[in-house]
Amino acid sequence: MPLDPDPTILRAIVSTIVPEAAALDDRGWLELNQVVEALLRDRPESLKRQVRMFLTAIQWLPVLRYGRAFTRLHPAARARFLAHLQNDPIQKVRVGFWGLRTIVLAGYYGRPQAAQAIGYNASPGGWEASR
Amino acid sequence: MKRAAYDIVIVGSGAGGGTVAQELSPLCRQGVRIAVLEKGPRFRDEEFSGRELEMAGALYEDGGGFLTSDGAMTIAFGCAYGGSTVVYTGTSMLPPERVISRWNVPGLTHADLECRARKFMAENNAHLLQDGLINENNKLFAEGCRKLNYDVQQFPVNIKGCRGSSLCNLGCPNQAKQGTDRVQLPRAERNGVEVITRSEVLTVGERTLTVRVSAKPAGAKGDPSPWEPGDYRIDSRIVVLCAGAVNTPALLLRSGMGRTLPRLGAGFTTHPAFIIVGEHARAITNFVGHPKSYYVDRFAESDRFILETCMYFPFITAKSLAGFGAPHSTFMRAFPRLQMILVLACDKADAYNRVAIDKAGRPVVHYRFQGEAARGLIRGAMASAKILFAAGAVRVHMPVTLDTTGTTIESADAMRLDEIAAKAEFKPPVSAAHPQGGCGMGSDPSDSVTDSYGRVHGHPWLSVADASLFPNSLEINPYVTIMALADRVAQRIREEVSALL
Repeated sequence: MPLDPDPTILRAIVSTIVPEAAALDDRGWLELNQVVEALLRDRPESLKRQVRMFLTAIQWLPVLRYGRAFTRLHPAARARFLAHLQNDPIQKVRVGFWGLRTIVLAGYYGRPQAAQAIGYNASPGGWEASR
Repeated sequence: MKRAAYDIVIVGSGAGGGTVAQELSPLCRQGVRIAVLEKGPRFRDEEFSGRELEMAGALYEDGGGFLTSDGAMTIAFGCAYGGSTVVYTGTSMLPPERVISRWNVPGLTHADLECRARKFMAENNAHLLQDGLINENNKLFAEGCRKLNYDVQQFPVNIKGCRGSSLCNLGCPNQAKQGTDRVQLPRAERNGVEVITRSEVLTVGERTLTVRVSAKPAGAKGDPSPWEPGDYRIDSRIVVLCAGAVNTPALLLRSGMGRTLPRLGAGFTTHPAFIIVGEHARAITNFVGHPKSYYVDRFAESDRFILETCMYFPFITAKSLAGFGAPHSTFMRAFPRLQMILVLACDKADAYNRVAIDKAGRPVVHYRFQGEAARGLIRGAMASAKILFAAGAVRVHMPVTLDTTGTTIESADAMRLDEIAAKAEFKPPVSAAHPQGGCGMGSDPSDSVTDSYGRVHGHPWLSVADASLFPNSLEINPYVTIMALADRVAQRIREEVSALL
């Protein structure tokens, strides 16, 4: 089962956490999704359930505050909403956000293309390869 | 259930298990049958690709993301032939005298541990890296420390033929790091010790273990187990547990030993840590060269933190930077200009932090941040910022909540660091990679799980020889001390082997 049955929610979150992700093409999103799914594959079902619930909460909680679902918010409002979760006084909410943020960052920066884009090119060849 | 029998079974093949295997292996010549049971696989040299997520998923328990029960901390530890020695940086530190004295374990002296530790440092080729092989990420740390009159010291590292890939934490792709997978285990195997990989010990009873051998998953790295997949009952006259500070206490707990050992799982510490990142105006050599050459431990006693150089990979770096969005991306795009410092808090054993098990018998780590450890991280973050600015950084990223400056401090604010520190607030989550305690040494079951030779109280056939023996935080990188303690355990077993078999 995919992490997010509605891919627009995950894409909106990823693009808020890593703004460069908005420029990903279909192949880039596919790779990102594959990394995320591989990361969660061997994790307990309860954890996957929590992640899905957290995604759903992120999509619908903004309705209470802004009158719109997360995917329909302006990027600045999306960032404000996620910042609330990040700094929430309740540790469980903060930890939930941290977990989702970790998955998103793995999906984006776990791709070799992202590493290249930020200028990271460590090589088993070390010093010799860098010259 | 299949059956097997040995004279000695060692559970785990990291710093503890690899050492015990090597030190007991001469007994094989006398006909003693010895097996090492390792939960992880054995990897072929060419499988160490250096690719971040691929190697983390292959080499670490839970891909390096083992979570504490409240989800506020990840603990990284290895799961492979060689255990965590496959994924450490090879920093080789003698046990500190002040810590061993404070442990106050009857029969354990610092002099004895140091003597054994030096033996393994020599055996593993621990030495100071020559200056020409030290990159700017490390040199700038030393330069910043010297400007601030911080007593900076160089780590001995146990490498041989290092090419400077910087990929130590993903398993050295050049086989330069002298972990137990390169030194002690091959020697033990040459002497006749069997190593059975992909074999997880489910329970340990009176001279008996139940073990599950897993098949190699399709497409996975690593060799298949030498044994057929399935459940086994293994009889063994001597059992030595070296599965690490999370898995050894958990194994004993699910084997029902908590009833007679009330301290089982207690005293867990782990050096909670985060990284401070400084951005320079120019590119520096950072992801080439050995990542960890220098440290500062002068604040361990007074302020409860240690600083070490470090250099991580894109995902781990992104995860370690606080926040998200444009400020986060700005730091990531500056990767070739980044300098990194690891802050480790010297946490202390307390009544809450412990290893337990869930209903299925899986390990659960309960960990609450002590005020002192949290303050140590903040003080360490501020000391790191001073070092980074002294080394010429133009801005510094702090994974703590600051006043008006967000998570970034510009060099113009460098003079205000103490003022900013007073208002800084630490909020988990953080990460850790030095799990310790849970089967602490001591006098009797009221204060400990084992004696100073790792013998489990009330079970003369059963010993522990890993970081779970630490009665409290070691306050430095632990592998050499683990080897020294394992050497004591092995020596005592050799001396008593006739009586025990």
